[in-house]
Amino acid sequence: MRPGGGGGLADDAGCPILHVDMDAFFASVELIDRPELHGLPVIIGAAGARGVVLSATYEARRFGVHSAMPMTRARRLCPQAVVIPPSHGKYGEISKGVMEIFHTITPEVEPLSVDEAFLDVSGARRRLGPPAGIAAMIREQVAERFGITCSVGVASTKFVAKLASRECKPDGLLVVAADRVAEFLHPLPVAALWGVGERTEQALTRLGIRTVGDLAQVPVTTLRREFGVAGAHLHALSWGRDERRVVPHTPDKSIGNEETFAQDVDDPVVIERELLRLSERVAARLRAAGLVGRTISVKLRRSDFSTITRARTLREATDVAKEIHATACELYRAAGLQRIRLRLVGVRMENLGPAGTATRQLGLGDRETGWREAEQAMDKAIQRFGPDAVRPASLVRPPFGPMDL
Amino acid sequence: MMFRVDRDVLAEAVAWTARSLPARPSVPVLAGMRLEVTEDHQLKLSGFDYEVSAEVTLDLQTGEPGVVLVSGKLLAEITRALPAQPVDLVVEGAKAVVTCGSARFTLLTMPVEDYPSLPAMPPAAGRVGSDVFAAAVAQVATAAGKDDTLPMLTGVRMEIEGDTVTLAATDRYRLAVRELKWQPDQPDFQAIAMIPGRTLADTAKSLITGAEVEIALSSVGGTGEGMIGFSSSGRRTTTRLLDPEFPKYRSLLPTEFSAYADISTSAFVEAVKRVALVAERNTPVRLAFRGTEVVLEAGSGDEAQAVEVLPVEFQGDDINIAFNHQFLLEGLGAIDSDLARLNFTTSTKPAILTGGKPVDETAIADYRYLIMPIRLSS
Repeated sequence: MRPGGGGGLADDAGCPILHVDMDAFFASVELIDRPELHGLPVIIGAAGARGVVLSATYEARRFGVHSAMPMTRARRLCPQAVVIPPSHGKYGEISKGVMEIFHTITPEVEPLSVDEAFLDVSGARRRLGPPAGIAAMIREQVAERFGITCSVGVASTKFVAKLASRECKPDGLLVVAADRVAEFLHPLPVAALWGVGERTEQALTRLGIRTVGDLAQVPVTTLRREFGVAGAHLHALSWGRDERRVVPHTPDKSIGNEETFAQDVDDPVVIERELLRLSERVAARLRAAGLVGRTISVKLRRSDFSTITRARTLREATDVAKEIHATACELYRAAGLQRIRLRLVGVRMENLGPAGTATRQLGLGDRETGWREAEQAMDKAIQRFGPDAVRPASLVRPPFGPMDL
Repeated sequence: MMFRVDRDVLAEAVAWTARSLPARPSVPVLAGMRLEVTEDHQLKLSGFDYEVSAEVTLDLQTGEPGVVLVSGKLLAEITRALPAQPVDLVVEGAKAVVTCGSARFTLLTMPVEDYPSLPAMPPAAGRVGSDVFAAAVAQVATAAGKDDTLPMLTGVRMEIEGDTVTLAATDRYRLAVRELKWQPDQPDFQAIAMIPGRTLADTAKSLITGAEVEIALSSVGGTGEGMIGFSSSGRRTTTRLLDPEFPKYRSLLPTEFSAYADISTSAFVEAVKRVALVAERNTPVRLAFRGTEVVLEAGSGDEAQAVEVLPVEFQGDDINIAFNHQFLLEGLGAIDSDLARLNFTTSTKPAILTGGKPVDETAIADYRYLIMPIRLSS
């Protein structure tokens, strides 16, 4: 039996933290329009040679398929699976709707990604009842409005709530009572703890520590000697102590886009063109969010996965793709990776601030209206006529590739 | 080789020559200063880094002809520190011995045969008063770009049309233009040269010891490397010219304005410095001109703010305009007048700063400092 299991029956008095995680989110969303695929293994992911699995139904997961796995491997593991290429837009819409449900319960919502969030329901008790009841209500509302399922972990801390939702997946609800946290945690493998990656897990295994319970028995001084500050942190987690609060809506610290090439590229012309495409996207996102940024960074990943990033801070904040691209190209050229095969490039804008306070030093001979105005006009055209309406000439693809002719 | 020379004369000559020596020489000998005693009892001190050459000629009382190359930086430090007595330099084998009073220094010499020969002085073109020239260059060089990745903007453009020299420099955000008279050797002389800004400013400042500066120009507009030379009272220096490419600045200088303001330069400078205390680098000082006053403001609502009001003599339509405070202060420092005049058209068009009230409202000032505004977001 699960300790503290049984959904609403457990003592949820000291458990105001909810972790809500959509079950196989992208796959579930696709299945809304394809009900005939229910109960079948379905994989969501781009079918190309370099594609990775975005999501898979539980029927497919039974074959060992999981997200972020290369598509080629997934298809080998589960050849009978139906493969659906990801459709943009749909996920964001439903994610927004789900987040809206959360916000009707409490303003204390901390989204982690499109398909999961922490909620602190301390303030909602008087209005909506105990946390376990609220969790059940969320699950009901999500299923009713969108026809997809989610799992909810209810606990006294964020980290235990997250583990609880994972334990009860799919379509589950698990309350870990405050006085039974140790009982819940200790049988779990150490890798379940936040912050324990492959390296730490190996180091712990060398010390004979396999479960969270083993870890909890190790004196904190020993852990500190082995892992430094992280050791003390591990000790706290092994006893379910996690000081982090639910932080509603963290404002964007940076806005970035990156692209993995279908095949590694060493042609600087192609790379700079890709940097233009990414700069256009980053700039459009900045303008849509009403932000400007001063620090531009580029990320360059070689074919052996070694990655470098280079950043430069501009004289003045900008949201103009032309300027972002010019700086990104300079950073790329200065990195000395021309003629080196790259697997991925990325462009990111940091040091963000509201566009309203931005000023612009005019230059001699500048035109009254510049690229900024041109790009704002592009935004409007794209809003009206779709993403392909306007783009830089170098990014226009011929309607047919040479192979089609 | 040996010579004896007065300490002050030597120290000044060595210091002047050492100015242009490279801090990080591409080859070791370029860190050297060449000292030569000629048959006709002259001492020539020279330095060269392939871009800039400098040479001073001194008359000697006693000396034995010969050449030696020693570390220029070290020699400059030594001569500066010597007591006020005659200085003797004697070459003994591979060493140069400097004695002055009871002080004695032994310096290693460098291989003089490896030292490049200095470029010949280009043909002389004319003369200009050294003080006028130094002041004009300083006024213009302040607007030259400091960013070496844009070499075109680091230069000062010199245009010569008969007896008029026009100096201009811009870093894209401001443009300084100065006209001055000179005496060309040929009355119809014409030339255009782009001179590295920092070198020109240093050179002009260092040549005010003589009354006049002679300007020499070579192969301007030709295929060979252009060069400009300046000489004055025993000092001569040459500089390689930059690519003559430069923005067509004359069309960028507005000549008609919708308003102007006359402000006491010193009061304006102090007020800008005060409000700028709350402005970060590259952020604006905002100026609102209304009737008989200007309101200066800096800072933003999220941070500290400053405001100050100054009386002005204002003609024209009210205007709100914002400038980089550093650019404004540098312009006010360059106009060399108690009264600053700012001419405007609109808040997004260049403003022109000039010094003093013009005698005639239609006359164009000798010195104009154009400054581009900062556009505030609406």
